[in-house]
Amino acid sequence: MTASAKPAASSSAPQYKVLGTRPIRHDGTDKVTGRAIYAADLHLPGMAYGRVIRSPHAHARIRSIDFSAALALPGVLAVTSAADMPDLKNKFADLGEGRVNLAHLGANCLAQGKVLYRGHAVAAVAAVSPHVAEEAAKLVRIEYEPLPAVTWVLDAMKPNAPLLHDDVFTESMGQLSDKPSNVSRHIHFEQGDVQRGFAQADVVIEREYRTASVHQGYIEPHACTALWNQDGHVTIWTATQGSFSCRQQVAELLELPVSRVTVVPCEIGGGFGGKIPIYLEPVAVLLSRKCGRPVKLTMTRSDVFEGTGPTPGSFVRVKLGATRDGKLVAGEAWLAYDAGAFPGGMIGPGCMCVFSCYEIPHARVDGYDVCLNKPKTAAYRAPGATQAAFACESVIDELAERLNIDPIEFRLKNAAKEGTRRVDGPVYPRIGLVEVLEAARASEHWNTPLAGPWRGRGVAAGYWFNIGLKSSASASVNADGTVTLVEGSTDIGGTRTSVAMQLAETLGIAAEDVRPQVADTDSVGYTDVTGGSRVTFATGLAAYQVGLDIRRQMAERAALLWECDPALVRFEDGVFRTDGRSITFKELAAKLHATGGPVVGRAAVDPEGPTHGFGAHIVDVEVDPDTGKVTILRYTAVQDAGKAVHPSYVEGQMQGGTVQGIGWALNEEYWFDDRGQMRNASFLDYRMPTALDVPMIETIIVEVPNPDHPYGVRGVGETPIVPPPAALANAIYRATGVRLRELPMSPPRVWAALAAAGKSS
Amino acid sequence: MKEFEYAAAASVDEAVSLLAAHGPRAKILSGGTDILVQLREGLREADLVLDVKRIPELTALEFDSARGLLLGAATPCYRIYEHEQVKRAYPALADAARIIGGWQIQTRASVGGNLCNSSPAADTIPALIAHAAVCHIAGPDGRRSVRAAEFCTAPGKNVLGRGELLVALEFPPPVPRSGARYLRFIPRNEMDIAVAGAGVWVRLDPTGQQIEEARIGLAAVAPTPLEATEVAAWLAGRPATPESFAEAGRMAQAIARPITDMRGTAEYRRHLVAVLTRRALADAVGRARGVG
Ligand SMILES: Cc1cc2nc3c(=O)[nH]c(=O)nc-3n(C[C@H](O)[C@H](O)[C@H](O)COP(=O)(O)OP(=O)(O)OC[C@H]3O[C@@H](n4cnc5c(N)ncnc54)[C@H](O)[C@@H]3O)c2cc1C
Repeated sequence: MTASAKPAASSSAPQYKVLGTRPIRHDGTDKVTGRAIYAADLHLPGMAYGRVIRSPHAHARIRSIDFSAALALPGVLAVTSAADMPDLKNKFADLGEGRVNLAHLGANCLAQGKVLYRGHAVAAVAAVSPHVAEEAAKLVRIEYEPLPAVTWVLDAMKPNAPLLHDDVFTESMGQLSDKPSNVSRHIHFEQGDVQRGFAQADVVIEREYRTASVHQGYIEPHACTALWNQDGHVTIWTATQGSFSCRQQVAELLELPVSRVTVVPCEIGGGFGGKIPIYLEPVAVLLSRKCGRPVKLTMTRSDVFEGTGPTPGSFVRVKLGATRDGKLVAGEAWLAYDAGAFPGGMIGPGCMCVFSCYEIPHARVDGYDVCLNKPKTAAYRAPGATQAAFACESVIDELAERLNIDPIEFRLKNAAKEGTRRVDGPVYPRIGLVEVLEAARASEHWNTPLAGPWRGRGVAAGYWFNIGLKSSASASVNADGTVTLVEGSTDIGGTRTSVAMQLAETLGIAAEDVRPQVADTDSVGYTDVTGGSRVTFATGLAAYQVGLDIRRQMAERAALLWECDPALVRFEDGVFRTDGRSITFKELAAKLHATGGPVVGRAAVDPEGPTHGFGAHIVDVEVDPDTGKVTILRYTAVQDAGKAVHPSYVEGQMQGGTVQGIGWALNEEYWFDDRGQMRNASFLDYRMPTALDVPMIETIIVEVPNPDHPYGVRGVGETPIVPPPAALANAIYRATGVRLRELPMSPPRVWAALAAAGKSS
Repeated sequence: MKEFEYAAAASVDEAVSLLAAHGPRAKILSGGTDILVQLREGLREADLVLDVKRIPELTALEFDSARGLLLGAATPCYRIYEHEQVKRAYPALADAARIIGGWQIQTRASVGGNLCNSSPAADTIPALIAHAAVCHIAGPDGRRSVRAAEFCTAPGKNVLGRGELLVALEFPPPVPRSGARYLRFIPRNEMDIAVAGAGVWVRLDPTGQQIEEARIGLAAVAPTPLEATEVAAWLAGRPATPESFAEAGRMAQAIARPITDMRGTAEYRRHLVAVLTRRALADAVGRARGVG
């Protein structure tokens, strides 16, 4: 059991019947019995099996592709390469999260002229069986002209670095560089007068931090099946975080109207941002068009590592100044993040998040989006924030130590609050960072002394925006008083239940009386991706409005029964009332057919984000000075959830995010050899934490309701990955006296740092 | 993955003749925890996969305190650590058997398979060296025996010739005042390949204060598992003290020839060899004294 049985509630907290309880998830039975249909489970009559051929080089020109031997193999049905894609040069699409260069998106799915990373998809075959497809893939002869590769961000920024694209120029303050560059974008934010700010500081600390590329590590590899039907309609069954986004990406790439593409989202075995981009889908569609059969494509684990988005490797320099009494006065940050093979990485949020937890009157941030020979980066849980927080929270810890102020106290002195202006401009509304830090300070963990040699306690804070965006939902009332809810948010973290609970609360019925379903793109209104911690907030808001719509229609039915004015019907606690008369929701549901027919509620919302999620983590470690291995003794995550709709899922998100952050901090990394080849593309050598590597993560949920949501929901999924690397680095310092400024803080690196400081054998 | 034939031999003779008939494209299947993965990932190809688990000699586990242990090449790891006497008599072997993969793997994976896969990082091989195991091999020209310490010749390569298979491993009977330990270092707490490993065996004098005889096997610090004979010879006659263990560690470090790869740098591996040898010696001596 975690420590969060009772969320720290504010005094005027509203009383809920459903919200805050822990019903069994609606999809639970299918998941635990193995009955749930994931993309790789799909089997269609006449289905063909595809195989993608991937680049063995980190950077090379494609001289030629010869399919003849593959096509001669019995059982081979179709082959494809970029030659089958429409010409998308200089075409852009708005995919809900900014403009996307379609030529780049397409070239990432099937390489155009050059391969830009090992694992880059070059061609594909379809055959009658997976084994024939595998053999055929080996027969495709591709001639490459290898080019020099670059995999470290600072190297890629050098003027003489191997250039990935001759059509990418540096965009800085609205200007384009005159020569092509690997640096696609320079971001600059500034507030106050930085020079004057540092002049007021009594202490200034400036440090540099490096982080390795890490992968989202979802357990389910990408898989999809596509059917190009004889009537030209395309259906795609896939593992995606956003069926509408997938539909649009495929439609734009293949120049089809969106209405010609139906995306059926299957159950999804994790995504963490990595299943927002498309990879296999357009390839499967092209193969299906050619062979007239449904074509299934699946990735192996090494395909996933080598061919799909990791999060950016990074270099970050942070300089902070504070007065003797512990007030931050100035800050400066310089961040360079991998974009991967194509422009458009996570540098934007990195720059916005680096100082997001503090009130710093004078601050300047410069950020660079850098192309290099790694897979195109994809979103990963609070994309860009963790790298930035590792740097900022480490410097904060050093400042607190130098000023002899308790690290939580120091953070509280400078914590962002309502009215604080972030360096990129926005002014915070009511947020919960102070409450989170106070809860951390009051926690049993913080107040339990840690004794023993080579042990230390670290703390760090973290922030993620949490977005709004569009969601649609509809629900029909059944005669037995239950409600069938149809929504479009693929369920990664238990959102079916969290969304259904908000409808149930609104209708005054039990969570079990709502039957939620995630529908395909033909069966529900447009809904943005499951990402940005938005579903419980935005799709939940849609469900709430669906509930209001149903209540209004039901009130009219009650008025019809009672022959009164609908305006006189009140709804409280699941009961419709007017003077002296009442009828429960269930009773009224049974009378719908006699009072005008079915009741269907619907809503489409596009709420303003962000909802601002803040967290703080406390960790105790023990370091083995002989080996550099870090053992986590105790871990507590504190977070403002606004309102924890289903506390178990909030805790689950906090624990899951924390564990991913621990993996990132201690062992995970893309390990490249000197030819830019990833050498550890398996779960054996890409070391994510196992159950034996982390203790039970204790959780403390803080609830500072979001004023912009009827139930106060803020979204919780991403924030918890942000603090762990800094919290661990700070703990390792307290345990050993040595500061680590490069991730992962793996045993060899910790040992080397201890040895350099004369602290190891 | 191409289609292949599957056969399960019932006797050593049948296995030898099937191997002879198919040549190098026949692959032996013991627990399959290495070979199936390698076939699937295209690292190896086979026309015939020959299952040897139906051969009684290969799944034997015979222990007699006077004669020692005869361990069939395909006997799964769990049978070692679930056998009270074997576990006590060959503690380093039990240490290694207990950490290969998780328990699901241990119900299939064999020590023979671990040895024949001949990875420099294999966990049981240092323990085999420490316990002075001998490999019994059968082939077209009859039977022969090789010390486990001499079995591996290069990464993935060993002394087995065309048509030969490993039948069993034989361990000398336990002697009084002896103890053994296998330790490896992995960055996580399970599911990792040893960054370095050390298996040691010691026999103490009647006072328990002095080492009379030692054997040391090292993993992942050279192209094959190493037998640290010089270190073992140096230890004979030395006091069983932390100073001796530390010096033995430094000596082991000197013979290590590690490489840098995704699992660790050469420098780090060289450092770990000393740490592991020292710690394993301390534990083995503790076990020889009947503590720990
Ligand atoms: C999840 C997982 C975790 C693992 N963890 C570890 C670990 O921690 N430490 C470790 O050392 N290994 C580990 N391994 C590797 C593997 O489990 C071990 O090497 C195991 O001991 C192999 O035994 P097996 O019986 O499964 O061998 P098999 O796969 O059946 O055979 C291995 C090789 O030996 C050959 N072979 C087998 N038997 C004979 C014979 N009698 N004569 C001649 N050749 C033969 C085979 O042809 C093959 O080349 C792990 C594997 C997996 C899948």
